[in-house]
Amino acid sequence: MAGWRQRLAETARRNRVELVNSGLTRRDLLQLGLLTSTGYLVTKLGLSTRAAGAGGAPKSPATTPWVEELPVPPIASAVDVASLGTTPRQELDLASGERGRSTPHQHWGLYDPAAADHYLIENRVTLTSWHRELPLDPCWCFNGTFPGPRIHARHGRPVLVRFRNQLPGLDQHVGYGRPTPSTHVHGGHNASESDGHPLDTIEPGTFKDHLLLNRRAGFTDPAYGLGGDPRETLTTLWYHDHCLGFSAQNVYRGNLGLYHLFNEFDTGDENDPSPTAWRLPSGDFDVPLVLHDRVFDPDGKGFFDLFDLDGILGDTFTVNGKIQPFLRVARRKYRFRMLNAGPSRCYDCSLSNQQSLVQLTRDGNLLPLPLTVDHVRLAVGDRVDVIVDFSRLPSGTRLYLVNCCAQADGRGPTGRPRPPALGQKLLQFVVDGSLDTKGDPSRVPDRFFDLPPVDPGDVATERTFVFDRTSGGWGVNGKPFDPDLIMARPRSGTAEIWNFVNNSSRWAYAVHVPLEAHQVLAWNGQAPAADDAAREDAVWLGPGDSVKTFRRFRDFVGRYVTHGRDLVHSDHALMFQWKVEP
Amino acid sequence: MSGASPARDAAPASAMTRRRWLALLGLLPLAAAAIPVLEFLDRRRRPGSQRPVGGFHRGYFPNPLLRTHDDERVRLYDDLLRGKTVLIHFFHVDCRDALCTVATENLVQLQRLLGERCGRDVFMYSFTLAPDRDTPARLRRHRETHKVGPGWTFLTGTASDLELCRVRFGITDPDPVLDREPTQHTNVLLLGNEPHERWLASPAVVGARFLLSQLDRVAGVKV
Repeated sequence: MAGWRQRLAETARRNRVELVNSGLTRRDLLQLGLLTSTGYLVTKLGLSTRAAGAGGAPKSPATTPWVEELPVPPIASAVDVASLGTTPRQELDLASGERGRSTPHQHWGLYDPAAADHYLIENRVTLTSWHRELPLDPCWCFNGTFPGPRIHARHGRPVLVRFRNQLPGLDQHVGYGRPTPSTHVHGGHNASESDGHPLDTIEPGTFKDHLLLNRRAGFTDPAYGLGGDPRETLTTLWYHDHCLGFSAQNVYRGNLGLYHLFNEFDTGDENDPSPTAWRLPSGDFDVPLVLHDRVFDPDGKGFFDLFDLDGILGDTFTVNGKIQPFLRVARRKYRFRMLNAGPSRCYDCSLSNQQSLVQLTRDGNLLPLPLTVDHVRLAVGDRVDVIVDFSRLPSGTRLYLVNCCAQADGRGPTGRPRPPALGQKLLQFVVDGSLDTKGDPSRVPDRFFDLPPVDPGDVATERTFVFDRTSGGWGVNGKPFDPDLIMARPRSGTAEIWNFVNNSSRWAYAVHVPLEAHQVLAWNGQAPAADDAAREDAVWLGPGDSVKTFRRFRDFVGRYVTHGRDLVHSDHALMFQWKVEP
Repeated sequence: MSGASPARDAAPASAMTRRRWLALLGLLPLAAAAIPVLEFLDRRRRPGSQRPVGGFHRGYFPNPLLRTHDDERVRLYDDLLRGKTVLIHFFHVDCRDALCTVATENLVQLQRLLGERCGRDVFMYSFTLAPDRDTPARLRRHRETHKVGPGWTFLTGTASDLELCRVRFGITDPDPVLDREPTQHTNVLLLGNEPHERWLASPAVVGARFLLSQLDRVAGVKV
């Protein structure tokens, strides 16, 4: 049985390699019997999941699923400002070893060290165990864990993170990745100099302070006051490397962590007596799930195909840094914060028992009201918070989080999702009555926040960005990324219409736009359905899609980048720069 | 073994339906027929092993004998890649579209910016996508037309060897029909530091100054 499968898989892998290599035409393939008239027979059984690269990635060594417990990354501990070593400064502190920004921190007056949380996050070589049957894999992790620690922040209270680079020097490191990260807090409403611009990299032995004010968008608008517009509340963010040309490699090396924002409603306490508290599941019942697919070489070390320029698809699925782990759950509600950490795969997640989920967020932004769904889709970089209720399942039940997205290569998902029975099992839930608590104090509110208004009167201008691939090279409006090119200069305090067009008939990907969440006004000319309206920090562009969005530029000035969220594509210049002008 | 297979297979053994078994059986003759054909192609096109265990060095890069614009014989890995920081470019002499023109101009400009470093610290290689037409003499004329200086080598060879180089550098298209079109591969550059396994892909049409800074990033120069 196993022999058969392996042989077929091997055949399919070679077929795909040879399709690329041999230059055979479709007709030749038909004659050889490798292709049916309706399509690729060789991919019919999904065998191409192993064939990530043009040269054919190695098969990862087999591992036994569901034998290791799901790790949960630790919550970062705030440190005393004195323990940072040197006091954070508004101007770049070159003498103390700060690098990676040329401009002073904006809104420095809103940072009071006595009323802020400070974190020291070190980027260092970490031997990571993806599975007990594999050897330790040298990764680069924040504070030595994969994923890096969860920073728990709160709207209205600033966070200052000192990201310190303790990685080996450029002349010492051999292998994928470049040890010069620039860390981006993805989904945040942050100043340009604290946003991890791809050019703001820091060398080993240096650090950079990121001032994250955690104010909702609109905080400089007198209409809202310093708290900002409550409808712009943020929830589940993540931080990751954004080093120009190497972000896919560096994130794959382990450079990612979680940043969760709480507020007076989503207080992080399911027993909170406050009348405004929503009391969503909290503590042990608020669990991040970082989805990341990998390839391992025959020795069991993480393998990044430097010559697969289309996008890397792993044949091994990890959650929170373990291959196919299990999680014992009590019979109650859980909040799972799912993150697709890439590098290139899309996920479409369901539960194997067909149980529904309650979706709270999209792209880390609360939906206007919780939605009951039977699956959630995550493009690379997406975060979706869901509530899963295990209370009706008998103790001993085993069920799975399953990826039903059909995807054969970096071009994006193909066709309809698979039925859950044919999906890829990512995580096993074991319902364990011995963990049951006395009742379930958590609740899910009926509503969150309304969407902020879209006011056409505020629109200063309309711009169109066409994403395309020409002769193997990516570009936006016909131009690849160029650090000297600013493609848009919106004025602070204005709103604009940004149209995103995917000119390719074959490639699909999400495009990330930082600073503020936008709202989609039209998909290919059609207004989105009422229950599909949301605030997002990315636009999903299927082949030929055209998406019209409304976005505001507030509170901060400076340069930002917009890029394809398949990190491999964005490293190859599917990215453009824009700058908010005063 | 089968206990571990659900880790990666689309369907675990227990989910095998009758229909899927039939589909598998239907593939039997196909698989049997495909293996010899593919093995033949494999031998023809892929000397050396497929993927590196010990990194992207010899064993990943093939080592075919290529011919330079001066009709010298060089080995891809031994002579062109090993121990070097390189720029890899695919082109063909007859490509006259705007993109090819811009790419060539950018590379000429890059070589000027590199100055003495080109041929000493950084090596530029342009591989032809039309080896049947692009003889060494033709490459030499093309080089002279663009006033290319030392340190930038133009390469040709047998069609299968050049194809092998292209595929191993990943300059491919997942659509097999497009993959056969030389015009689909002229806008990709690879910048690589072979000993450090530090590789970066870039469109060919980015400006020369930016290309230089990207090369420095690959080489390990602090920028």
